[in-house]
Amino acid sequence: MARRLSEDMVKGILGICAIFSIIIIFLIIIFLFREGLEAFSYTNVIDFVFGREWNPSKETFGAAAFIVSSLLVTVGAIVIAVPIGLLTAIFLAELSPQRVREIVKPAIELLAGIPSVIFGLFGLIVIVKYIRITLDQPTGESILAGSIILAIMILPTIISISEDSLRQVPRAYKEGSLALGATHWESIARIIVPSASSGIMASIILGVGRAIGETMAVVLVVGNVEKLPTSFFDSGEPLTSTILLEMGEAAVGSPHYYSIFALGILLFLIVMVLNIVSNVWLGRGLKRG
Amino acid sequence: MDRYTKQTIMKGVLWASALITISFLVIIIGFIVYKGAPAISWEFLTEAPRRSGRLGGIFPAIVGTIYLAGLAVLVATPIGVGGALFLTEFSKESKFTRFIRFGADTLNGVPSIIFGLFGFAFLVYYMGFGISILSGGLTLAFMILPTVFRTAEEAIRAVPRWDKEGSYALGATKLQTIWHVVLPQSISGIVTGIILGLGRAAGETAPIIFTAAILNPVLPESIMQPTMALPAHLYTLTSEGISMQNAFGTALVLIVIVLVFNMLVSLIRKKKALRR
Repeated sequence: MARRLSEDMVKGILGICAIFSIIIIFLIIIFLFREGLEAFSYTNVIDFVFGREWNPSKETFGAAAFIVSSLLVTVGAIVIAVPIGLLTAIFLAELSPQRVREIVKPAIELLAGIPSVIFGLFGLIVIVKYIRITLDQPTGESILAGSIILAIMILPTIISISEDSLRQVPRAYKEGSLALGATHWESIARIIVPSASSGIMASIILGVGRAIGETMAVVLVVGNVEKLPTSFFDSGEPLTSTILLEMGEAAVGSPHYYSIFALGILLFLIVMVLNIVSNVWLGRGLKRG
Repeated sequence: MDRYTKQTIMKGVLWASALITISFLVIIIGFIVYKGAPAISWEFLTEAPRRSGRLGGIFPAIVGTIYLAGLAVLVATPIGVGGALFLTEFSKESKFTRFIRFGADTLNGVPSIIFGLFGFAFLVYYMGFGISILSGGLTLAFMILPTVFRTAEEAIRAVPRWDKEGSYALGATKLQTIWHVVLPQSISGIVTGIILGLGRAAGETAPIIFTAAILNPVLPESIMQPTMALPAHLYTLTSEGISMQNAFGTALVLIVIVLVFNMLVSLIRKKKALRR
């Protein structure tokens, strides 16, 4: 009797531990929205999302420039990271000798572990300078610099998830293709990669989520100019940078403060939708495989 | 073009892209070591910064990072391991367990700057903890919880069923079995998760910048005080152009910490692989 009771008690406590993540997510949503929704009593949602001007001293809050910057930086990062990442994943799953794999895998894990602010420092000193001097631009602090640094940062995500899904393709598919006389490369390109496509898609979407939510690496290299960027060589200011840079100067309870939380809501919603879509793609691949 | 020539070219491209990926890592670490090494000295590691970090060292930032990451792990470990035990030992696979895993994955995907906003609104302001080690450490704990949780779950799941059944057959209760069989067997996997979490907590900037970090070169005396921290100090030095040399020195210290943690993890994994 006593044993049953203490077991139930432990189960209860552990159960609370298990749902802790969910409790935190709810708290994040509650506090983000409690502060952020207040902003829409000053600015209506349409003006907030599409407004071109962000001027806290005039209490004008239009986030279009930040949203466009976030999108451009992310698109650039994906364009750079997907080919390199996918090819590296194929290399690891299909071509790599065991001994090479034993070097490449830990290296990729390490790349994922480097703190983002160090990527920012590297980007500022190396990539920004390269763009300014070698590509002869007026400023190196640009969307392009942000895209390059983000591409490097999301490579591990794209590689590891793509490799896993390439490895889950049944051996028989590949063997069948080889038996029909296809070369190894033809089997990779026509059979293996298409069979793993949902996992690869999931990895890319997850990469997009990582890129759009990244702060420290980007804020140091994009220039942070509150203007709608029109090219990859323009400076920009993504959502995350604005939150980081302006949180310190906004008085708690001011329209500016609420508007920063509203940017947080925007970012949170974008990333959550991407994560859920990625999860669905991943689940779809597993079911079929 | 001949199909076999095409295959040879494509295999070359595959090798090249793997090489590019590796070279990013080598270049970044090499660059930080090359630029940071001149800044490193005994004084740099053991003295407080002077004139906003232009001179002096980073000792308070090292101490602060240890406090913050330590507190984060102290909080996240029992919750994460407890949750993992619940999933593996106390419940059958169901909609509910999938919901729990989905929750952890979702939390893992929340951008770090959102954790910063949340930490400020909830811990600093609503709970009244102020800008403090407590607020920053808890914010980091929330952030690394999914890592600790999922790694622990994997480790506990890997404990062979017959070991547990043997324990039950000897008349042990469930709690005794967990304490004497399951946890000792999965401890190396659990520790791996803790070290991964420690590394992440030590390197994150955005969650602590509104909740814990300041540029004040005194050592904190209590958990309710703010503190310096390595990543935040590095950000300030870089963004305000205070001292690039000291920024690289700080980056080197941070990267060495991360490297050491990584090596520990792979050491533990290797040892485990050998034992099997």
